[in-house]
Amino acid sequence: MPQELVAADHITKSFGGVQALRDVSVTLHQGEIRCLVGENGSGKSTLIQIIAGALRPDSGTIAIGGKQFPHLEPIQAIHEGIQVIYQDFSLFPNLTVAENLALNTELERGVQLVSWRRVRRIAVEAMARLGRDIDLGQTVRELSVADKQLVAIAKALLQNAKVLILDEPTTALTHREVRTLFEVIPELKQRGLAILFVGHKLQEILEISDTITVLRNGQKVAESDASQFTPGDLVRHMTGRSLPDRPSERACEQWHQHPADDSSAGRGPPTRNYALGTPSRCHRADAVFKVTDLTDRDAFDSISLEVSSGEIVGITGLLGSGRTELARSLFGLEPADSGRIEISGQVIRMRSVQDAIRVGIAYVPEDRLTEGVFAEQSIERNLAISALPSFAGRAGWIRPASLRRAAGQSMTELRIQAPSARMPVANLSGGNQQKVVLGRWLATQAKILILNGPTVGIDVGAKSEVHEKIRELARQGMAVLLISDDLPELVELCRRILLMHRGRIVKELAGADCNEDTLAAELGRLE
Amino acid sequence: MRRLLQRQEFWLALLLLVLGTGIGLANPAFWSLANLFDLCQSSTVMGLFALGVLVVLISGGIDVSFAAIGAFSMYVTSKVLLTLDLGDSATTAFLLAGAVGLSLGLFNGLFIALFRLPTLIVTLGSASLFRGFLLAFVGTTIVNNLPEGMIRFSKLTLWERALPDGTAVGLPFSFLLFVVAALLVGFVLRRTMLGRGIYAMGGNLVAAARAGFRIRRQQLFIYGLVGVLSGVAGLAHACMMRNANPFDLVGLELNVIAAVVLGGASITGGRGTVLGTVLGVLLIVTINNSLILLDIPSYWQKVVTGLVILASTGITAHTSGQRLRGVGLC
Repeated sequence: MPQELVAADHITKSFGGVQALRDVSVTLHQGEIRCLVGENGSGKSTLIQIIAGALRPDSGTIAIGGKQFPHLEPIQAIHEGIQVIYQDFSLFPNLTVAENLALNTELERGVQLVSWRRVRRIAVEAMARLGRDIDLGQTVRELSVADKQLVAIAKALLQNAKVLILDEPTTALTHREVRTLFEVIPELKQRGLAILFVGHKLQEILEISDTITVLRNGQKVAESDASQFTPGDLVRHMTGRSLPDRPSERACEQWHQHPADDSSAGRGPPTRNYALGTPSRCHRADAVFKVTDLTDRDAFDSISLEVSSGEIVGITGLLGSGRTELARSLFGLEPADSGRIEISGQVIRMRSVQDAIRVGIAYVPEDRLTEGVFAEQSIERNLAISALPSFAGRAGWIRPASLRRAAGQSMTELRIQAPSARMPVANLSGGNQQKVVLGRWLATQAKILILNGPTVGIDVGAKSEVHEKIRELARQGMAVLLISDDLPELVELCRRILLMHRGRIVKELAGADCNEDTLAAELGRLE
Repeated sequence: MRRLLQRQEFWLALLLLVLGTGIGLANPAFWSLANLFDLCQSSTVMGLFALGVLVVLISGGIDVSFAAIGAFSMYVTSKVLLTLDLGDSATTAFLLAGAVGLSLGLFNGLFIALFRLPTLIVTLGSASLFRGFLLAFVGTTIVNNLPEGMIRFSKLTLWERALPDGTAVGLPFSFLLFVVAALLVGFVLRRTMLGRGIYAMGGNLVAAARAGFRIRRQQLFIYGLVGVLSGVAGLAHACMMRNANPFDLVGLELNVIAAVVLGGASITGGRGTVLGTVLGVLLIVTINNSLILLDIPSYWQKVVTGLVILASTGITAHTSGQRLRGVGLC
């Protein structure tokens, strides 16, 4: 039996009357990869912080390496080898990789003077321990998210970590970067580290973990070997309810129901040949969004695509494939150099965001906190911001009453969970924030919706609600372009998926080919 | 090589060289010893202020009270030396000015570290407070009869050379203050954990606290240091002008901050070097000084300074690929 490194026993914690954790016990053994799953607010992060000594439990005990700690302090946890890699990595973007790696060690030694030779030596050693190679002289700002994460892990190893806690490590990674991380984690396990992996994406969790602990509303609701769980089980445990079993089936039906002028619409998606640019007959009439030979010198080349009213078309590709740049240029953020954009047959001059909004394009960006919402502003203001003129009276003043009424209405419609419409968006969970972003565009009555990673970092329950909303928008006749890394999401929502690689659309999958295996295989081939 | 091209210092040095060559061709007087010494003297006061501002900017803060601290320190020091019998050596004067500056700087630091107030707000407030206090309680008249020690100091040179026409030119001693301060600040920033902590807090404040840097103590150090440097700069200014004017050093704030930013320091924190700051100061001073040599009206100084700042920071921002992605600013 491997050594027990962490034992959190009957932990209870409440914050001002809210029970965050109720009688939760978790253990971690040497060489174990345990995954902690649960929706936002299920108590995952509270539990992590208690194990790291950052929070003190109301009752229950923490033992590390067999030693009991009645009042675990962060510094004690570190000394006992517990390292947490937070989602923000706690790195210094302005300093070099080498200095980032060495700073903690230097601080611990209590030296007053910096020896750059020693910094270098420490950094080289850290990279050797990780078995990866990153340019030590680069500033961290210049690194990709994945490399930043590796630096953070290397830093933790340097502190003689025995237990590595990763807080949602794959959220910001692309498909390929996740693969790299999933090579590193088992190596660490081989070396006898215990790993506590906090995750959202079910496939990844099932793939990487040995054991899984599911939390819901602060209680442990399931715990077992990973092999004992199916994705459906996990969802059921996490949400306490069963989500539709075969969502993709449902998506198809809905898609079929959309008003089509041709009976063949019911027989699977139309197939198109982009090289020839000839859309199939059945949908030509309601093809609302058409892009021809769109080119941007730095990002993408000769992109042609078409999205019909009521259709959800997926775009995926590796990082750097140009998909985000494409989305941004379609929304007028960085207008393309050449090419044509048509909406309902009319050529659009896309020079700015204002142009895009005027012709009815809505965009939900990748990073909703910095690009999507006004985090410190209230929910109602956020909902209204893109449609302000419609709340104005004759003189141009905003009428607060009508704004409030509309906001209340869309909050109910979108099932945004918040005590008040005046609450700042920053206080909402990721899922609810995303609903606000969606809701804002609903208010503008857009015809075309471009989504970029709409459910990144959102928990399973809210994710299915966001998906439902997207489907509903399509049903109402919106043309939806969905850019995503999340293969299950693409397969569930889209009947057509375009693969981008190095700025070009290299493949279109449609109908029966729209399944995860084919998609993963195609993506794999690109690498 | 790529990294060299991305360094602001490289472009500044190049620009300084080109400028020097150009002006020298137009008016050979530029390369005369007298003019070069003059440039050094003009750089001293601005440079001392700039070193303090550099440290604040790296830490992610900003200080707009340094000019007020400088004026306060020099005027109070001159008054005190004239009233009390403390001897009249220049050393005493500088120590006293440094001490006055230190206490005013720590006053800022206390508000910032203990009450966690935004640095711009605190220093805007204290700048006004210091100036108001100075004029209301210390005096409003210009002191023209500076203490003997300060006068002697102003005539002191590091190195002198007789010119053929019988006059002598010398490198003023106060320039040494700038050099020593630059070396010291450079050492602290580059080679001490305190210095790296200042970079760290400018890069990621939360992570710096998590890593175990003592943020409050560092803030006290930073604003204290600005105070000391400003006090010394103020007194050096008074010596150079041969008078202590309580209305002096107004409007210097933006020029100094501009010189530091020109030198590659990031206004949002985490970046900046002493070398860059020194080059930035030299460049601004050279431009101001040389336009006169070229018979260009002094109003143009401001225009040219502004253009240089825009162009040079623009080049660096562009080459380091930090092009602001167009976020609906169109």
